[in-house]
Amino acid sequence: MNADDNRYFWPHKDLLDVTQLSPEETLHLLDLAERFQDINRRPVKKVPTLKGKTVVLFFAENSTRTRTSFDVAAKRLSADTYALGKSDSSISKGETLKDTALTLQAMGPDVIVVRHSNSGAAGYLADLLNCSVVNGGDGWHAHPTQALLDCFTLRQTWEGNFSGRTLLILGDIAHSRVARSNVHLLSMLGVSVRLCAPRTLLPAGVDAWPVEVYADLKQAVRDVDAVMCLRLQLERQQAGLLPDLAEYSRRFCLDAGHLALAKTRAKVLHPGPLNRGLEISDAIADAPASLILEQVSAGVATRMAVLYLLATRRD
Amino acid sequence: MLHIANARHRGTLVDLLADGDRIRTMTPAGRFPAPEGAEIFDATGLVLFPGFIDAHAHLREPGQEYKEDIASGLTAAAHGGFCALMCMANTKPVNDTAAVTSFMLDRARLSHPLGPRLYPIAAATVGLKGKEMAPLSELKEAGCVALSNDGRPLGNTELLRRIMEYAADLDMIFIDHCEDPHLAEGWLMNEGPVSGLLGVKGQPDVGEAAQAARDIMLAEYLGLPVHIAHVSAKLTLDVIDWGKARGVRVSAETCPHYLLLDETELEGYNTLAKVSPPLRGAKDRDALRQAVKKGLIDILVTDHAPHADHEKDGTLDETPCGITGLDTALSLTWELVRERVLDEADMARLWCRRPGEIFHLPWNDFVPGDPADFFLFDPEATWIPEPETLFSKSSNTPFLGKTLYGRVRAHWIGGQRIL
Repeated sequence: MNADDNRYFWPHKDLLDVTQLSPEETLHLLDLAERFQDINRRPVKKVPTLKGKTVVLFFAENSTRTRTSFDVAAKRLSADTYALGKSDSSISKGETLKDTALTLQAMGPDVIVVRHSNSGAAGYLADLLNCSVVNGGDGWHAHPTQALLDCFTLRQTWEGNFSGRTLLILGDIAHSRVARSNVHLLSMLGVSVRLCAPRTLLPAGVDAWPVEVYADLKQAVRDVDAVMCLRLQLERQQAGLLPDLAEYSRRFCLDAGHLALAKTRAKVLHPGPLNRGLEISDAIADAPASLILEQVSAGVATRMAVLYLLATRRD
Repeated sequence: MLHIANARHRGTLVDLLADGDRIRTMTPAGRFPAPEGAEIFDATGLVLFPGFIDAHAHLREPGQEYKEDIASGLTAAAHGGFCALMCMANTKPVNDTAAVTSFMLDRARLSHPLGPRLYPIAAATVGLKGKEMAPLSELKEAGCVALSNDGRPLGNTELLRRIMEYAADLDMIFIDHCEDPHLAEGWLMNEGPVSGLLGVKGQPDVGEAAQAARDIMLAEYLGLPVHIAHVSAKLTLDVIDWGKARGVRVSAETCPHYLLLDETELEGYNTLAKVSPPLRGAKDRDALRQAVKKGLIDILVTDHAPHADHEKDGTLDETPCGITGLDTALSLTWELVRERVLDEADMARLWCRRPGEIFHLPWNDFVPGDPADFFLFDPEATWIPEPETLFSKSSNTPFLGKTLYGRVRAHWIGGQRIL
């Protein structure tokens, strides 16, 4: 595949959230990701498609998985990557987000992938910079490549059929960019989405979301096709949103008993990193129903598709 | 003597005669000739308003002169139709001693000897820290007209009670920024559907209303007045309505931005719309419009809160709360007249009579003997708020770039023309 194959007109300079994607664009991106998935199964996994392009990985919030995934994706396309982390960036010396970003842009990258703890940070950079910006997760707001890779994984599992399927998202919805992006993307594609969380971990205005909300996991999990567990940040307990973690795990830790209430062959997803025994039981994490490692490989293919579309687009 | 001829005033044409620093007469246009020797000003096409009083502004001096200083703030006020302005105590250092108050008044006299008049608001507690009562008698003698703990609401109700009692001896009214210090901690905007989608921490309306309810109950118990600052929520209006119906001496203010905007301004993480209290829902905005019309909300204020461009440039987390208002308040209120929410008489009540009554400041009702504070306003002139058109040093307003109606064409304070 080379850059000339990009005949599909990709209208977006940036990928900030899945809300900017139409169903057609989403499916085009997922089709492309499948082609990259094939490349990833070859003995030699590198193609020259983005040779000479530069991708900066600007991760102002700690992340190993997402950054590595983008790094692998870019390198398999032969792009050069440069990583800038929280501690080694000048952010630790008090430089503003604006100045760090302008400095990075002056080095002439084609794409900047940004991870930041402030909601709206990726959009702020996209308005500021001429190069493409990929949101690698901004605060509680959005994590579009995670939602796309989850969608990719479910699409393969469900053999391309989203409608009539039911997904349960379980855990800390309020503070989850993964949940926000997944609710939007999967419901747009026809999946019925359920949420299950204590009231203290539900976002304001959830009544208006295209979801069914449950407080009881046994009810929530009944007849679903897949369960997506979210990582519980331990600071939520310290902030007074929960009693102790043992009580959380008694109410919301997904185990085999719960999964028995779901559809046969129901699958389990988790964006990682896992708190085994807190939001997902050890046995379920390693069970055949678990798609967690499929998600990781889907992440590389999906991010290759995103980088390809942005780095080869023509205005 | 000054003879203002042919001004529009509440649906009629009038002539106004001022003698020295006082109003002499206001009469139907053309009924009496101008007295011999009087200076004549032809006000054809212009609307005559009494000088406005802004009971809540942040002028940043001393300490943050890069955002605003007293001179630039008063210049913006003069162009905005304000003859008087009450400035909040959150300067650096805080206005908790006579020295700071005197400094502010000296700066105002130096830059604007003819006005707008400056009336500082005293810090209720030392350093606004909410621990010890500030020397209120000293502050009153130096020229403070009211007291407030500004944006650092008092969680300690016992301390608030003692401050209100002590201030009552001095005939000073307590202005409360109502915000539950825990319920509201760390918020960036209103808690609601927009904050949920944007993924940012919100402040629920009950964070304001619960604190207002506390203040009203305390005011009733003590038999003292209390003034509720910048009401943003319908729920708070319900509480104020309840208090007023019980006969509690509670007064309240809101700002033009709460009457014209709602939380959807924050979509796209617009930091210019980040303000404390936050812009609420459309229902709150509509309820506030009714409340100012019927007088449940007593006064309008600007809550002019200037910040430098670089401070408002960033994500919502990084940027401070605040909207400037001295330059735009008049045009924004006129927008409500254009939308037939308010009329000219409402504007005079909300911006002049009621603030004058509540804070015991001179105000002009165009009755013989009233202070000769008035301005002439061209309602057809359009303008666009931009750094170049704003007299404030800062331009952090969500109305930036929008077309507004109305400019002040001439302005007299104490009978002296300042514009």
